[in-house]
Amino acid sequence: MKQILILLFGLALLRPLCAQTIHEERSVYRDITVTERFGRRCLLFNVHRGDRNQTCIFTDGSRRLVFDYTKMSFAGLLLKPDPKRVLIAGLGGGTIPLVLSELFPDASIDVIEIDESVARVAKDFFFFKQTDLMRVHINDARVFIKRAALKEEKYDYIVLDAFSGDYIPEHMLTQEFLEEVKQVLAPDGVVVANTFSTSRFYDHESVTYQRVFGEFYNFKLPTSGNRIILTQLKSLPSPGVMAERAAQLTPQLREYGIPFLSYPEKLSAEVDWDMSRRVLTDQYSPSNLLRDN
Amino acid sequence: MHSTRLQKKIVIAAAFVSGFCIMAIEMLGARIMSPYFGGSLSVWGSVLTIFMLALSCGYLIGGRLSEGQPKPKTYSLFFIAAAVASLPIVFFADGIMQPIFMAIEDPRYGSLIASVFLFFIPTTILGMISPYSIRLLVEHEDHSGKMAGQLFFVSTFGSALGTLGTAFYFVLWFDVNEILFGTILALLFVGVAIFTFDLAARRSQ
Repeated sequence: MKQILILLFGLALLRPLCAQTIHEERSVYRDITVTERFGRRCLLFNVHRGDRNQTCIFTDGSRRLVFDYTKMSFAGLLLKPDPKRVLIAGLGGGTIPLVLSELFPDASIDVIEIDESVARVAKDFFFFKQTDLMRVHINDARVFIKRAALKEEKYDYIVLDAFSGDYIPEHMLTQEFLEEVKQVLAPDGVVVANTFSTSRFYDHESVTYQRVFGEFYNFKLPTSGNRIILTQLKSLPSPGVMAERAAQLTPQLREYGIPFLSYPEKLSAEVDWDMSRRVLTDQYSPSNLLRDN
Repeated sequence: MHSTRLQKKIVIAAAFVSGFCIMAIEMLGARIMSPYFGGSLSVWGSVLTIFMLALSCGYLIGGRLSEGQPKPKTYSLFFIAAAVASLPIVFFADGIMQPIFMAIEDPRYGSLIASVFLFFIPTTILGMISPYSIRLLVEHEDHSGKMAGQLFFVSTFGSALGTLGTAFYFVLWFDVNEILFGTILALLFVGVAIFTFDLAARRSQ
């Protein structure tokens, strides 16, 4: 009897350690779950399929970012340290636009999110707020960017973050799409793409980026399955220039827990993929099938 | 036409091919339109809506045309016409979608209108094949249900394979246009085969 009581007591103590689901909804595109545990609030897509967390924030009011890949995406600032017009494809929990708006209060930020429910959840659970300068557009990013190109709009900081853990929108990883992105990229702007570093797909993706942009920086960390592609129209900045920029921005980024000073040396322009792989195009883009192989 | 065993087999095979091609093209529909209208659910909705509408019209027209004395020659022309009507999907897709993209801001209606221009005519013609096939197979009232059942079986089975093949393998092996060309060639081949078979059969009579 006593043992049972101890066991129950132990379980009661463990309870807060278990993930507590605070919100669940099924949107047109995915199942959305918001959980809270270990002082973190997380946004998950399609939990039943074992998807990873999309976004997590600390609930103690700390501004520190939780995931490496979110931090890594700010390496874009090494190529464009003073963004004024930002375009972000894929809202998620809204961490990246939120941090950028805090760092650059005068920058205008367009966020494109296909799923209205995600936008609502970001607002209700992840402190994301639209302002006059930061707007969320419910649209497909490819369509939005094509229209922006027609209107000859230019962005100097473009973040492509529309891939969720288990699904790639195939029309957003083709040569033609990247050409369209290039059209809306300002001459001194940067493209930051958050993607995977796995399998055969890595080769196809790298070959495609190379075809459109030429050289690019690859940013990988051993602690993260993600890789960040960084590229721009003009030639890539030298490690020296980036180290200088890193030193300037580090104080501002410290608050977010971004080890910015260590980033420049981790960027590599080296070709570490199979160059003979086929370029992905609107005609040939079986990204999801390639990923599984 | 007095339907012999061989002719029956040809009609069955032809219906299989048409079912296969309908779904192969349909599976590619959303992919063809995604560069202009995105990959949202509504784009899929547009493709499916227009295919269903076109098929329903095709069934009606095909049924009407099969009244009286059905002709294998007419039947063969359905396949050839469907092949020809599918050519714009390969050659003019951008030319068709670009102005629609410019004119209509909402991707839902943009994709719906684009689907009409790209897919309505070929799919309507492909829809005409099923009722006409049934008419060619049926010799007397008693077995008409059985023949219809058989026909639906092969054409829908073809559709299942067309869907699976395209979604799982063809997109991995070929360009979108290569797959479309494959379906066009298959339809042409069937059309020409029936046409020549019919000519030969008539000469031997």
